[in-house]
Amino acid sequence: MAASLRARSLVLSVVLFCVFVAIWHFAVQTGGDTGPAMDPEYAALMGETAKGGSALPGPLQVGAELWKHISDPFYDAGPNDKGIGIQLAYSLGRVLLGFLIAALVAIPLGFLVGMSPLFHKALDPYIQVLKPISPLAWMPLALYTIKDSEVSSIFVIFICALWPMLINTAFGVASVRKEWLNVSKTLEVGSLRTALLVILPAAAPTIMTGMRISIGIAWLVIVAAEMLVGGTGIGYFVWNEWNNLSITSILVAILFIGLIGMLLDLVLAWVGRLVAYQE
Amino acid sequence: MGAFSDPFDPNTILWSGCPCGQHRNMAEHRAAMGGANGSRFACEAADTEPAAPSLQAVSTPVPENKPSYDDTDALLERCVEQAVMKGIFGTDVNRRGFLRAVGGATALAAISQIFPLDVAKALAAETKGALEKTKLNVGFVPITCATPIIMAHPMGFYEKYGLDVDVIKTAGWAVSRDKSLSGEYDAAHMLTPMPLAITMGAGSVATPWTMPAVENINGQAITLHLKHKDKRDPKQWKGFKFAVPFDYSMHNFLLRYYVAEHGIDPDKDIQIRVLPPPEMVANLRAENVDGYLSPDPFNQRAVYDGVGFIHMLTKDIWLNHPCCAFAASQGFIDENPNTFLALFKSIIEATTYASDKSNRKEIAKAISPKNYLNQPETVVAQVLTGTFADGLGSVRKEPDRIDFDPFPYHSMAVWIMSQMKRWGYVEGDVDYQTIAKQVYLATDAQKVMTDMGLTPPTETSKKYVIMGKEFDPATPDAYIESFDIKRT
Repeated sequence: MAASLRARSLVLSVVLFCVFVAIWHFAVQTGGDTGPAMDPEYAALMGETAKGGSALPGPLQVGAELWKHISDPFYDAGPNDKGIGIQLAYSLGRVLLGFLIAALVAIPLGFLVGMSPLFHKALDPYIQVLKPISPLAWMPLALYTIKDSEVSSIFVIFICALWPMLINTAFGVASVRKEWLNVSKTLEVGSLRTALLVILPAAAPTIMTGMRISIGIAWLVIVAAEMLVGGTGIGYFVWNEWNNLSITSILVAILFIGLIGMLLDLVLAWVGRLVAYQE
Repeated sequence: MGAFSDPFDPNTILWSGCPCGQHRNMAEHRAAMGGANGSRFACEAADTEPAAPSLQAVSTPVPENKPSYDDTDALLERCVEQAVMKGIFGTDVNRRGFLRAVGGATALAAISQIFPLDVAKALAAETKGALEKTKLNVGFVPITCATPIIMAHPMGFYEKYGLDVDVIKTAGWAVSRDKSLSGEYDAAHMLTPMPLAITMGAGSVATPWTMPAVENINGQAITLHLKHKDKRDPKQWKGFKFAVPFDYSMHNFLLRYYVAEHGIDPDKDIQIRVLPPPEMVANLRAENVDGYLSPDPFNQRAVYDGVGFIHMLTKDIWLNHPCCAFAASQGFIDENPNTFLALFKSIIEATTYASDKSNRKEIAKAISPKNYLNQPETVVAQVLTGTFADGLGSVRKEPDRIDFDPFPYHSMAVWIMSQMKRWGYVEGDVDYQTIAKQVYLATDAQKVMTDMGLTPPTETSKKYVIMGKEFDPATPDAYIESFDIKRT
């Protein structure tokens, strides 16, 4: 029964995809209407859109463009023109670095906040104020103080990945069952050992959920950050193609951004299952 | 058989009475040197080329065994080699005999063993004022105004002056300014008002900035959405939303000037928003803005995509107005004077090359690819050649739609500051002349251009007529007072 459900859902997915592509294909057809008649000398200076073509590319064009990028993802034709593989690698590198630094700060700090009601009360107002700030709002400040666009974009990733991990860690640590802590107290376990051997495993699933939210946000933010500072990365790629109003390439980039985001989420979900436990 | 002949070639003559081998004795040599602008290489150049070589002459290929006259490093190396050969052999007969016997390459290897030729060359290079650094980052915003800065890369103008420049595409002016202030860019493409604003601390922390050269003159346009094609009189524009690329831009000041001359207050009757140039066409299509005064190719691109039409070229507001600039911080110049000079020369040479209208098609081809402007070649070519579709169904021919003239007149700076004051971007007294002289390096440009064999203008300040109204750089405050619409 389970197998047949999986098979049926697969078929349904494929059908939905075909319907979507077909609607898209027919929606962008302009139907032979070539727009107003133009003087040939004038027409030679104009683009397809002005002559009555659709502003949106069809699935065939996007497919061809996609194949072009997949078949040569790592070319390097100068500082402003690199293959999509290289651009994705730049973005991933920034996200992972910013995310790791955020984890190194957020998890210990989350333990502190979660274990000590004093720190919880003292730090809570700051966390509540800083949490809702859009990470991109930090960008001008970062550029101005750090004076390096590369470090600035990593800083922006750091600051946006920090809060979900910090809050989830604090929450997970604070809601460890009192009985377990009492047992460890009865057995006279030191506080560091309690933190590592009792609280950490107990809070791990909540912490992993925080990390999963964080990496999702980080991947969202990197595209916007790179569109701002430019240079390299998938965000720069999108901006550069927007600059040329090339919707086809932007659609390809959107597809890649979605796929990589899904992969990042899957990896963390898998790690999350490793630390999950049944009570 | 001249000053820079290969001393490892047995057929050349190094000793002949004067250092260059062209004259029978030193007296004749000195006479020839003095007569040719005092250039140290002039006695050789005088025989083969005009005394002050034009740009075209300079770029012609040179014979293989002689270094190019532009390549001062190679010339210097050659001098060192010659001096060493002379020192070792004492007479030319000895040298030529030895070279014939063993061959030039073997001789070079043998002499390198006993005499540290490379060290001697390096020492000589240091004393003549070598480039402090050759690897540079120069930022640009992808618009045709940046043509000289961009084309100098694919067309080899930087390389010619011994520089390895990466031209880095930048998303907008604010980012370009911040990356320049942070030192990530050694020099950058900016708008002509920006170095003034940065120096005066308007919109950023005051940092001494300089503008050695103007990039382009003219080259902007007012583009309106196609739905406004019957509203050609600015008096009908009340309530319009316009976009300009940056607050401190000629675009902003020209648009304000233009509408104000038609009785429209740019702060009350219309809305002016800042949008990065690449986003303008998309916003015009979405009808977020009714029009814009922006750099090309985005005016032509709006026409190409059937979104808007070209209402007016800015050259018809102010003929030969400055637009974009090549800018560097005072700090960069102080720390790297020789590198800066090489960069300055390569920019001036590229700008001069771009000003020749017959080169424009070739330039359009060089700067259109993804690494640079990332635009259809026909769009860029329409801008640069001035034969373009206007979006209303006709083809216009305006050869001076965009032009290139590197000379940074002080009076341009004064006009810009007068507009910054007029519209309230700066307050209080402005020391127009001092700031203009500090930021716009007109006197340096005169000197460098003369050195390069070009003829720069003799005066650094002049009067302008903008939409029929005269501007005298000597009396900017009276000029501001003479306008009805102003914020002072």
